[in-house]
Amino acid sequence: MTQIPTAITNRKVTAEPSRKFPHGLPNARTLIAYSILIIWALLSLMPMYWMITISFMNVVTLLRMPPKLFPDPFTPINYIRLLTNSMLLRWELNSALIAVTNTTISLFVSSFYGYIFAKKEFPGKKFLFWILICTLMVPFHVVAIPIFLMFRDFHMINTYWGLIVPGLFSAYGVFLMRQVIKTLPSELTDAAKIDGCNEFQIYSKVILPLSKPGLAVLGIFTFVGNWNDFFWPLVLLNDSKMYTLPVGLPTLQGQWTDYGLLMAGATLAALPTIVIFLIFQRYFLQGITVGAIKG
Amino acid sequence: MNSAKFHMPSHSLLREIRKNLWIYLVLIPPFALLLIFTLIPIVQSFLLSFKEWTLHSTRWIGLANFTHLVADPVFGKALLNTAIYTAVVVPTGTAIALFLAELVRPQPAAVQTFFKSAFYLPAVVAAVVIVLVWRWIYNPANYGLLNYLLSLFHKDPVLWLQDSRLALAALTATSLVGGQGGAVVFILAAMGGIPIHLYESARLDGSTRSKEFWYITLPLITPTLLYLAVMGTIGSFQVFTGTYLLTNGGPNYATTTSVFYIYKTGFQHFEFGYASVQAIVLFLIIMACSAFLFKMLSEEFEY
Repeated sequence: MTQIPTAITNRKVTAEPSRKFPHGLPNARTLIAYSILIIWALLSLMPMYWMITISFMNVVTLLRMPPKLFPDPFTPINYIRLLTNSMLLRWELNSALIAVTNTTISLFVSSFYGYIFAKKEFPGKKFLFWILICTLMVPFHVVAIPIFLMFRDFHMINTYWGLIVPGLFSAYGVFLMRQVIKTLPSELTDAAKIDGCNEFQIYSKVILPLSKPGLAVLGIFTFVGNWNDFFWPLVLLNDSKMYTLPVGLPTLQGQWTDYGLLMAGATLAALPTIVIFLIFQRYFLQGITVGAIKG
Repeated sequence: MNSAKFHMPSHSLLREIRKNLWIYLVLIPPFALLLIFTLIPIVQSFLLSFKEWTLHSTRWIGLANFTHLVADPVFGKALLNTAIYTAVVVPTGTAIALFLAELVRPQPAAVQTFFKSAFYLPAVVAAVVIVLVWRWIYNPANYGLLNYLLSLFHKDPVLWLQDSRLALAALTATSLVGGQGGAVVFILAAMGGIPIHLYESARLDGSTRSKEFWYITLPLITPTLLYLAVMGTIGSFQVFTGTYLLTNGGPNYATTTSVFYIYKTGFQHFEFGYASVQAIVLFLIIMACSAFLFKMLSEEFEY
């Protein structure tokens, strides 16, 4: 009896065998748990479901009582109207340009400085890192007004630069990559140094390839964050040609709300991030906890 | 002897600095950016709050913005609304996430992944998109989903967003439904870190499921719950998208939140000085939360 606890000490709770149903039939507790989980999952996903359904409805169906669970008749008319009569495509391109640019920059910048803070020893490192963490705590809403006034003086209102420059250096990204690179064995960088690599070669040939999972996490979170960003683009952009999707979308409604059109636009705005999530699901679910400020 | 002892480290310090000179050089650009986009703007916010700064004129007005702030009923209302919203969303949201995580925990790995993904999916969709769907759900006419459901019970349509007694609750609900994905993943990760022998020995002592939850699981994941609560508070104090797109702060300021009022004052009325004072208050509140978080993490109650 006594050796049982020691033998299983290192196993995690998640793989507990006694909770699986060995006789093929789940017990009442499991059934209740599943029902609650499924109901909450449906509730969570309900807005996305209605968004897609309504986007394929015509005006008549949309106003009919009771609300239809499926679009009948099924019509792509909202999408056709959207793509021919609105600037949605332009907004989609603006959003893509900003999100791709900021993500690419962040991947290189964050991993490079993450490497320096993870593997290099130099006087003042602790202090500089502490400053970095402190700036993480400053809410953007607090600094938005001075940055806006500064950008106005530099004529950066309604420009892509205005959306790119504030994201050039992300303290969060550096912090995340430092956490990832810290776990890489230092023997590797030491060996590369002995082989005659310079610092930049160590970064590009050793660190970058080895931190791919971390880069994937940073990349998808940066892309999704930029794609969905609302407050700063809303403040900075007032020319509809320059709008990103989240800023343009609410302006689609005219005098009365045309939900079919609005939901078609919402679907096209949501689709890229949903697809990215479905493809990189594993990285998302692991990455949520990596960025936590601990240690 | 004494002076030699004293000089040795400073010499080696100089040598260290010289050896790592390239690091200091490459650190200049990012820290210049932090200076330009975070540190200087904070100072400027403080300076702006002593000025009347509109699009046309700038002048020092001393503490006038502060006295205006104290006397401004809308600002008080905005702070109160934000506090109420936070006081509801953070505890309720964390409790829901904890409940869901405890239900997911015993399930097989594939089932866990499925539910984690389902709960997290809304978080990758733009808040703007989710809020626009909620506008349809709350539509006052009876083709809005909620009012249709009410009509099934022969109830009259409710003006969810136009009634000042309901609007804040309606806004809060949009954050609670589908907003727990990240917290569920966090809590499950913490639960997975609890050594299984604790449960095994408890079971040998004849414990029940609920006892295990209250006496093993809950105490051991309390640091994670606190972390989530503080981060949630910091986030909730900055709620904006919902109030901007669902209700535009109305009706009668019932859903005007702190950041929404800053936005309205600064970027719609262009009173940048007065908006800065409000931003400073928000800054102090959030810094207090962050300081609490740091203190908590440094205490680091490990098991």
